[in-house]
Amino acid sequence: MKIAVASGKGGTGKTTIAASLAVALAEQGAKISCLDCDVEAPNAHIFLQPAFDQSKEVTLQIPEVNTELCAGCGRCAKVCEFNAIIVFGSDPLVFPKLCHGCGSCTLVCPEHAISEIPRPLGLLESGPAMQGINFAHGVLSVGEPLAVPVISQLKKWAAPTASEITILDSPPGSSCPVVESLRGADYVILVTEPTPFGLHDLKLALQLTQELDLPAGVILNRDGIGDDGVEKYCEAGGLPILMRIPFERQIGAGIAQGKTLVEIHPEYLQHFQDLYQLILTLIPANQGAR
Amino acid sequence: MKQLVILSGKGGTGKTSVTAALAQLASSGEHPLRTVLADADVDAANLELLLAPVIQEKHTFIGGKTAIIDPQLCGQCGTCKSVCRFDAVIETDEGFHIDPIACEGCGACVYQCPAETIRMEPEVAGQWFKSGSKFGPLFHAALTPAQENSGKLVSLVKEQAKQHAIKDGADLTLVDGPPGIGCAVISAISGADLALIVSEPTAAGVHDMKRVLDIAKQFSVPVFVCINKADIYLEGADSIEAFCQQNGIEVIGRIPFDPAVTEAMVQGQTVINYNADAPASAALIGIWQEILKKINNHSKES
Repeated sequence: MKIAVASGKGGTGKTTIAASLAVALAEQGAKISCLDCDVEAPNAHIFLQPAFDQSKEVTLQIPEVNTELCAGCGRCAKVCEFNAIIVFGSDPLVFPKLCHGCGSCTLVCPEHAISEIPRPLGLLESGPAMQGINFAHGVLSVGEPLAVPVISQLKKWAAPTASEITILDSPPGSSCPVVESLRGADYVILVTEPTPFGLHDLKLALQLTQELDLPAGVILNRDGIGDDGVEKYCEAGGLPILMRIPFERQIGAGIAQGKTLVEIHPEYLQHFQDLYQLILTLIPANQGAR
Repeated sequence: MKQLVILSGKGGTGKTSVTAALAQLASSGEHPLRTVLADADVDAANLELLLAPVIQEKHTFIGGKTAIIDPQLCGQCGTCKSVCRFDAVIETDEGFHIDPIACEGCGACVYQCPAETIRMEPEVAGQWFKSGSKFGPLFHAALTPAQENSGKLVSLVKEQAKQHAIKDGADLTLVDGPPGIGCAVISAISGADLALIVSEPTAAGVHDMKRVLDIAKQFSVPVFVCINKADIYLEGADSIEAFCQQNGIEVIGRIPFDPAVTEAMVQGQTVINYNADAPASAALIGIWQEILKKINNHSKES
């Protein structure tokens, strides 16, 4: 079972909810793994306090040209869709940060002059966290543009066993890093807040889950601030509101210190366990089979 | 013309509410600046919700390309599947086809297909707009959900804003940035003269602020910080100030948590417009004065 926690808008409470859900289910004795896929701004470790005992560098295979073999034909530059390799005169020039690691240049070089070398993009780390949660996250190195390979390698590296419940903490937004995080999920929790910004970005995130054909429901965080736009939208579209978390300064202060909702208000232990049972009833029977 | 980009690392710290308030403060008062606005958060473009823009121009954004297999000509050899590093080639009973969402647009399959049955087609990945607003022209965009190339769209929006600002003799371009530190943020900070980081006094906010400060350093963009919702956790705000002081980064103000910010958002207004006397507005007015000094100093230096 894989549950992803996503949102269009940033800062709606994705990480708080992912961490709280993981803790509540682990308390019940379930085998839980939690993957923080927000590799640009990874924060779930702050809440779950893992002791990292394994790590792996994330690399991308980029071309290296053997200039002795290169005939200067320029085929490599011609096929590169990302302008990551150009040919002036005879020696091709590689721009590592533009390279997507597709390997097309390597394959087309008639002289077999291109080999590939790993270029570091970031780091994967894993280890046991509170309540025996198997925790893993990816950390994109500062200055690196490509988050997607870090997310995809994280998901392969920390591949959980089928018996586990996996909670995936997704990055904000609605573009490729979110797609990579949600791929393969059985259910998506969309966290939003009842404001015009929250509604605008919820619509985009929902469009993305529909594009990926994933079932989704909403958690309304900071309930009570703002307006009723999100509520009306969910009602009109038959989108289930799974849970409401009221706006409270005490909750805000607790989260600021890296506490899960279960630690701030113990009754959330039951709320999150109920949330999981509710989600189980909302996953279409054929979902996992695809 | 100076370009100021507003970033945060962590999402939801208040970048857009701050940008909208600064846009109003910059373009009003005794010595208004000619201001151009750019919303560089193309995944979740919200600045328009506070500025009531009137769209003047609408353009299609072609992101990348997507591979398409011609099923009539396909010889079912599977070469495409073996060369694709993005798991975008799917094999079904009906043969091979490309998952457009997974396709990176690299074209490796096109060149390797022995039957030459794969072609690349440009993909419409969103739209960008030029609009008029009360506080200056606004350049903004909408990336189609599940699309790639948000960095490319950010660059395009910023370039359009810059060209307009130069042509118009504008004093300032304000860029509302995206969260994170990846490609969209790199596109947003490239070429900026100054960066304002909107932080919040949470453990996650501080963690991500440090990463975005490192980005600013790598790009040699002078950076300063304001602390939003500062009174939610005062110890956190104090530790941000201490960290910034140690690292030679100026904190130019604290904005208290203020319901007026959300109330203004519900009304589709800036907080300054909604209630200029609200505590958040007062703090933002002070912050704008500090930014104005930075802009003037920067102009003298360069």
